[in-house]
Amino acid sequence: MNQNLAALLPEIALVAAAVIGLVAGAWLPRRRQRAVGVLAAVACVTGLVCTAVTMATGRQQTVFSGTFAVDAATGMGRLTVLGALLLVLMMSVETVRRHKRETEYYVLLLLSAAGTLAMIGANDLLMAFAGYLLASIPAYALAGFAKDAASTEAALKYYLVGALLGAVMLAGTAVLYGAGHATGYAGLRTALPGASYGLVAVGFVAVLAGLLFKIGGVPAHFWVPDVTDGVPAPVAGYVTTLPKAGGLIAAYRLLHQALSGTDVNWPLLLAVLAAASMTLGNLAAFFQTSVKRLLAYSTVSQAGYLLMALAVATRSGLAQRGLLFYLAAYALTNLGVFAVVTELPHARALQDYRGLGRRRPGLAAVLVICLLGLVGTPPTGVFLGKLEVFSAAVDGGRTWLAVLAVVNTVASLFYYLRWLGPVFRTDPDDGLAADAQAVLGRWAAAAAYTAGAGSLALGIAGGALLPLTTGALLLR
Amino acid sequence: MLTVITFLPLLVCAVLLGLRALPDRVYRWTWVGAAAADLALVVAVWAGFDTGGGTQYQERARWIPGAGVGYHVGVDGLSLPLVALTCVLFLAVAVYALRETRRVRAYVCLFLFLQTVCVGLFVALDLILFFVFFDLAIAGMFFVIAGWGNGAAARAAALKFFLCTFTGSLALLLGFIGLYLAASPHTFDIVELTRTAPLAGRGAYAALVLLAVGVGLAVKTPTVPFHTWLPPAHSEAPATGSAVLAGVLLKMGTYGFLRIAMPMLPGSWRHYALVFIVVGAVSVVYGALVALAQTDFKRMIAYTSVNHMGYVILAVGAAGVLAGTDTQARSLAVTGAVTQMVSHGLLTGALFLLSGVLHDRGGTYAIGAYSGLAGPSPRFAALTAVAAFGSLGIPGLSGFTAEFQIFTGSLASQATATGIALTGILLTAALFLRALRQMFLGPERLPASTGAGGFGDLAAAESSAIVPLLFLALVIGVLPRFLLDVVEPASRTVVGLVAR
Repeated sequence: MNQNLAALLPEIALVAAAVIGLVAGAWLPRRRQRAVGVLAAVACVTGLVCTAVTMATGRQQTVFSGTFAVDAATGMGRLTVLGALLLVLMMSVETVRRHKRETEYYVLLLLSAAGTLAMIGANDLLMAFAGYLLASIPAYALAGFAKDAASTEAALKYYLVGALLGAVMLAGTAVLYGAGHATGYAGLRTALPGASYGLVAVGFVAVLAGLLFKIGGVPAHFWVPDVTDGVPAPVAGYVTTLPKAGGLIAAYRLLHQALSGTDVNWPLLLAVLAAASMTLGNLAAFFQTSVKRLLAYSTVSQAGYLLMALAVATRSGLAQRGLLFYLAAYALTNLGVFAVVTELPHARALQDYRGLGRRRPGLAAVLVICLLGLVGTPPTGVFLGKLEVFSAAVDGGRTWLAVLAVVNTVASLFYYLRWLGPVFRTDPDDGLAADAQAVLGRWAAAAAYTAGAGSLALGIAGGALLPLTTGALLLR
Repeated sequence: MLTVITFLPLLVCAVLLGLRALPDRVYRWTWVGAAAADLALVVAVWAGFDTGGGTQYQERARWIPGAGVGYHVGVDGLSLPLVALTCVLFLAVAVYALRETRRVRAYVCLFLFLQTVCVGLFVALDLILFFVFFDLAIAGMFFVIAGWGNGAAARAAALKFFLCTFTGSLALLLGFIGLYLAASPHTFDIVELTRTAPLAGRGAYAALVLLAVGVGLAVKTPTVPFHTWLPPAHSEAPATGSAVLAGVLLKMGTYGFLRIAMPMLPGSWRHYALVFIVVGAVSVVYGALVALAQTDFKRMIAYTSVNHMGYVILAVGAAGVLAGTDTQARSLAVTGAVTQMVSHGLLTGALFLLSGVLHDRGGTYAIGAYSGLAGPSPRFAALTAVAAFGSLGIPGLSGFTAEFQIFTGSLASQATATGIALTGILLTAALFLRALRQMFLGPERLPASTGAGGFGDLAAAESSAIVPLLFLALVIGVLPRFLLDVVEPASRTVVGLVAR
């Protein structure tokens, strides 16, 4: 049995930093607690370096009886999650500075991200569920971090939905275990095609329910708007970005590895879920006036585009590339918008952005790049991701889904432009908006600029990243 | 060389963005300088262009090899005239905008950005590169209309423009993906796809791809029934924006037909040529009739654009009909289509700049509000008359050269459609003459919204922007060989590719 701990260095770095940070936080004076944030950033960078080394030297392997795979999907997933976590840490600096629970904030972020990484590499149902729990529970606490009414409600809602769907997922795991006499994907792959159709279908749908909760896709999306709206902006950026990466890659692995031989018509189910997510997300976003709610529904629709790649997971060779690249581009772009929202904590409604283009041209530029990026306008990273995902959908015989995605893209333009419109409006009577546009600080702005530039760079120089997304998935 | 021509304006734009707090004058003159330098480079390219040599000045670089996307640019007889047109028009717009005073820095940067995007589209030899520029042109024009138009109506028009053309561009993207997946190995390279025509003989699939590409380009062109975004966009945009929108952006659609739809989908193009012929003929007549009903000078010109682009669509459709025609006729039609694109760019560019002068002096575009303008502003009246006559196709100006070739090339195979389209000339003649008579002849009458200075004649900057455009139209009308020598070999190539 391969028990090479070195293969798990990125995960270990996050957990170790969490433990050390927790202990150190108890001893550090309040004004020095920022050291824990630095420690968290160091852990991220360590993880990124380890991942880069693994990918560059081709040390792909599965560890611990094949329950965890270190392959192309894990590599790209780690880069995405750790990079996104770095951005979230940057965004958070001013929000939690001198806060009573500054250390705890960073530790929870680290633990939750470690859980997300565990989901990404999970090659076994129980491993995926363990990752689910580790990724979710710290996130519930993060959601309640602000301790005000909205935040408490958000945390409660997040927890209830998560706990319910987590239980469903565990039940599904049990059913699939009963059907296939294994929890590892290698075992399931050989056993499931011969198992009872009903059992496999029920078990799969139940497991998928938990993963959909992480993805924030319809019909498990109810928590998204309330949580995004209720929690502090950096946390909102976190919960709409990182868990998606974990859930989507875990689901992709499950579909591609364990369910590829079964009769269950999961490609159609996933296609319908993708269609529903993008359409409902868009429709709900149309007339939102709160920026955070608008963004929340936009992430639901983005989950729909991402699910398209899952619907053709085994039908097109382009699916994996599309999913992994889109995820990376989405994480950068979405966090870019949330960084702008963090930087302008008093601008809650779309109208509060009036005249931002004149007052803060830098932030307005980031907003233009990232919002048009979310639409999929070239030359941003999401455009390239969409190109890949659409190609995969057409290639996999789901042209109708690609057409629907195009229609949705056009529709989404409407609400993104509703936001961009006021930014460049120069009414004489926008003195009120000026007060709402007080900025928070340098770190959040730096995060916004980094994400905006990264989103653009990913579109122009995406060629460098694409080859990293295409390696084979490992089973055993 | 082409990369330099494409990105020079963007470079200047970046430099200007970096330098803050310069006087407005510096921005304006830097823009004129950049546009002139770019035009000089294009003239150099034209001088060194070998008319029989196919695609030249090619440059390739690896961009996103994993996705089959590469940086590949080059010019041939189809794109070189349009690149030159783009640079001429942007220089004219830059000179015209020497009078601009509102947020000059952003204005100049936006137009420099637009120039890079427009030139880049015409030199792109990769579908994704083409698409990137196609979409960025939409985004740039959105900000021009929303930012420098008039109030809430401009923002609504800009939104409508963006939504319509963006829908079209996404349909185009779906078509590109279809082409990409059909090619083996998968690629977006235009030269490669043109050579292999991967969808030849793939009936329904090829038809769907042509539908997606055709709708995408038809929205941009625009043809009936996808033209609804055009009139509000034109009437709300500033004069310079309208000139660029009509002069350059509309050509992106028709150019796409010649560059992408015809050579890459020859079988489907031949099969569905009649659809394009009908759409073209309907656009010609419908555009002219609706233009005839306008009381607003600028909207009238906007609708004549639908009419003029209809001729182009008719010609490219006729080029796809093999029965009852010969290669020479078909290539004549294609040559006419390219000439029409150039001619329309020059003449409509001039007309929109002139309508900007009208609005600047009188505060309204309503034809009925003016009378006898020839008295106070003879130069304005003369130039408008020349542009209008050119636009309605009087011999001696470029419009005649273009339309004559289109009709001669199309008549053999498409007598009915061409006959119907010919009435479009009559209608445009009627509407232009009516507008000229109303506005310039008769007793002098000015709208109440006229500024204190009365209706002044053209200023130096305005004349020096408009006169060269009309002069070029005259040159093409009288001595067209320098243009046709470049276009004709490329037309024969396209016709040969369609006939495969």
